[in-house]
Amino acid sequence: MNEKKRGPLAHIVKRPVISWKKAAMIRGAAIVISILVCAAVTFFLTGSDPISVFRTILDGSFASPRRFWVLLQNISILLIISLAMAPAFRMRFWNIGGEGQVMMGVLATSSCMIMLGGKVPNALLIVIEIIAAIAAGAIWAAIPAFFKSRWNTNETLFTLMMNYVATQLVAYFIIKWESPRGSGKIGIINQSTQYGWLPQIGEYKYLLTVIVAAALTVFLYIYMNKSKHGYELAVVGESERTARYVGIKVGRVFVRTMLLSGAICGVAGLLMVGSTDHTMTTTLAGGRGFTAVMVAWMAKFNPIGMIFTSFLLAFLGKGAGEVATQFGLNQSFSDILSSIIIFFLIGCEFFIQYRIVFRKEAN
Amino acid sequence: MDNRIPAVKMSGITKIFIGKVVANKDVSMEIYRGEILSLLGENGSGKTTLMNMLSGIYCPDSGKIEVDGKEVSIRSPKDALNLGIGMIHQHYKLVDVMTATQNIILGLKEDKYDLKAASARVREICERYGFDLNPEQKVYDMTVSQKQTVEIVKVLYRNADILILDEPTAVLTPQETEKLFDVLRNMKKDNKAVIIITHKLNEVLEISDRVDILRAGEFIGSLKTSETNVQEMTDMMVGHAVTLNIDRPQPKDPHPRIRVSGLTVRSEEGLVKLDNVSFTANSGEILGIAGISNSGQKELLEAISGLQPVESGDITYISPEGKEVSLIGKDPLDIQRLGVTLSFVPEDRLGMGLVGNMDMTDNMMLRSFRKGRGLFLDRATPRGVATDVRDSLEVVTPGLSTPVRRLSGGNVQKVLVGREIALAPSVLLTAYAVRGLDINSSYAIYDLMNQQKEKGVAVVYVGEDLDVLLELADRILVLCGGKVSGIVDGRKTDKYQVGSMMTTLGGGETR
Repeated sequence: MNEKKRGPLAHIVKRPVISWKKAAMIRGAAIVISILVCAAVTFFLTGSDPISVFRTILDGSFASPRRFWVLLQNISILLIISLAMAPAFRMRFWNIGGEGQVMMGVLATSSCMIMLGGKVPNALLIVIEIIAAIAAGAIWAAIPAFFKSRWNTNETLFTLMMNYVATQLVAYFIIKWESPRGSGKIGIINQSTQYGWLPQIGEYKYLLTVIVAAALTVFLYIYMNKSKHGYELAVVGESERTARYVGIKVGRVFVRTMLLSGAICGVAGLLMVGSTDHTMTTTLAGGRGFTAVMVAWMAKFNPIGMIFTSFLLAFLGKGAGEVATQFGLNQSFSDILSSIIIFFLIGCEFFIQYRIVFRKEAN
Repeated sequence: MDNRIPAVKMSGITKIFIGKVVANKDVSMEIYRGEILSLLGENGSGKTTLMNMLSGIYCPDSGKIEVDGKEVSIRSPKDALNLGIGMIHQHYKLVDVMTATQNIILGLKEDKYDLKAASARVREICERYGFDLNPEQKVYDMTVSQKQTVEIVKVLYRNADILILDEPTAVLTPQETEKLFDVLRNMKKDNKAVIIITHKLNEVLEISDRVDILRAGEFIGSLKTSETNVQEMTDMMVGHAVTLNIDRPQPKDPHPRIRVSGLTVRSEEGLVKLDNVSFTANSGEILGIAGISNSGQKELLEAISGLQPVESGDITYISPEGKEVSLIGKDPLDIQRLGVTLSFVPEDRLGMGLVGNMDMTDNMMLRSFRKGRGLFLDRATPRGVATDVRDSLEVVTPGLSTPVRRLSGGNVQKVLVGREIALAPSVLLTAYAVRGLDINSSYAIYDLMNQQKEKGVAVVYVGEDLDVLLELADRILVLCGGKVSGIVDGRKTDKYQVGSMMTTLGGGETR
């Protein structure tokens, strides 16, 4: 009877505003709790000492300068692809075709290197390569945008399907150009001549990628926040009806923005083939076209924030791999750990949006 | 009267929302069976919040609720219905493709899904109270008033005997309102307790026995309707004395500004929305547009502003210098480039007129961001406009960088109207410009309309409150099912003539 008179134990209330500090504290707490949970899971499932597991995670990225550079390269590529996602997502255009757009950049770069290597001056080859990679990514991304603006097709399905087409195209050309014959691989392209390889800055193989990523971050920050185009796509994302009402051509903005997104994905493909890997495989993008969606979301499409989220995800990926090898556990265990951390990070957004109010004890 | 046990007694109810908004502060009220109570207050005075606590949507932070003398805790709408409390919300929650009966029994856990028995019961309820409803009719075929009927029958079907109606007449024609009131009176005779939330004073006087007034979340007083009048209630509601007359200056040097002839518009589904509509809007004049909701008002304004494809007919803009251009086939940007400053305050403020998540400055920019050749935005000029609008229209906002969706309805509308007027338009189209606004904001908007009229702007004012249209507009165009039912002189017509023109082409027999 007494119980009946009370309100519910707790209820959920939307926060009107949250200070920058409080949000950071919630996120920090989420990371700490997730690490504790990881420790507990490690201990109970494997019996390994959690502290040494964490040390190994850190080792994965920081044990040697080489590892650190690899981490930087991973962050940069992931960041570039995430930056490509940002304008489309702010426009509420659900582009999950980053993977395919990157692969088209990869394919365009590789084919220039293979078909034109040695036939045109190297400087010209590099210029052609850059243009081809950017154009390939841009066109691949603009096709679904064009269809959406014309016939209102669903961009999520369309971009997703384009990924498979791109991957299969790459698989086809790998067999066509395989070397040595019968290996089913391409190997390092132009290994002896280095035709079409992007120049290395000093002795740092990965520095070019890092610089391009930094430049693109600044560019996108300005594009999205200070330019008329950025304003237009934000209006389209908030409300297409408002956009039409003020005379913004919505279809045109879709296509234009996706051209940009795809072009940036093309750059990521260009850097992977031309600057670091010098080969083409079907797994070169390695799911980063999808991971990038998460990076962009977690940073709320803010290019500066994406530096941190891409760092976090690249770092966790490296660390997880290291744990798997050092402790003789399989890759799945490290996936479990990174999933726990990501779960907490995404889950804490709930507490940033809402708060739980407990019933005040009756006086 | 006081020795009766109230059906509902709320005492000391307080509800504070996060962000320290006090929605209700120490409110106490009583509702008796066999009585119609009006809950009167301006927007944001906490009427709906209070009733939401009674119907289980919110939980009060403190205070107690008694039903038939017993203290209760209402934790969900289901709890409320179990106590016999049912609320009819402003926005109907019906499944379009289902029939009335299917909607009514939706969610009920009965032993058997027996549509026939349910329909019979629906019919029985309708007969008892005088509802006009076909239980087999699909919701998508219904008028707004019929949908409302379904919602009311839905709660009656669940045996509610304490009914709360949130602004039930906001979407009805005068005739439909009369019908609803008859039904409510029948319920009263049946010893049910009825509460209507409203801010229309005439209706309070017409229908209710008692009126409780809220202001800024606090209970101000309870009056017997037979012993009060409009002026007293307004003063209590607003907190200070208000004059209730709307100015209507004589049209100023009227010349044709927009000429619409033979305009026919179809919706995407191919339904005729406007059928051979012709009229002229003059400069220096307010042309009111009346009609039951969805009679083509939206399509008419959107066709003029270039948002709605036109099947046939012509829309001509006549500039102050007498030059004529056709606006057919042009989008808003083309129209702007023609040098025609056509301002449009759409019905859907935050979904069309403004971007809710952007701040005032970015919203001011919506119309003008293309100015200048560069690639980059100029935010300084719109910030100046935003400051001007805030100061001149007294927009209450925490700051220019607050997203506009966080402002109250009246302030949102001031931002929108302010921006459109800042364009120095020669034509101003407005749709339901005062919908959901409190008295002070509404009068501020009427004043702005009149100022624009005096500046020689052709103002087109689509309204739903006939009392206002009759006081504000110089001429009134009445739409009925997408056709022009007639154009009448605002100074010479009355509510019943316009009301019958809204339902019958040409008006038929006036009463």
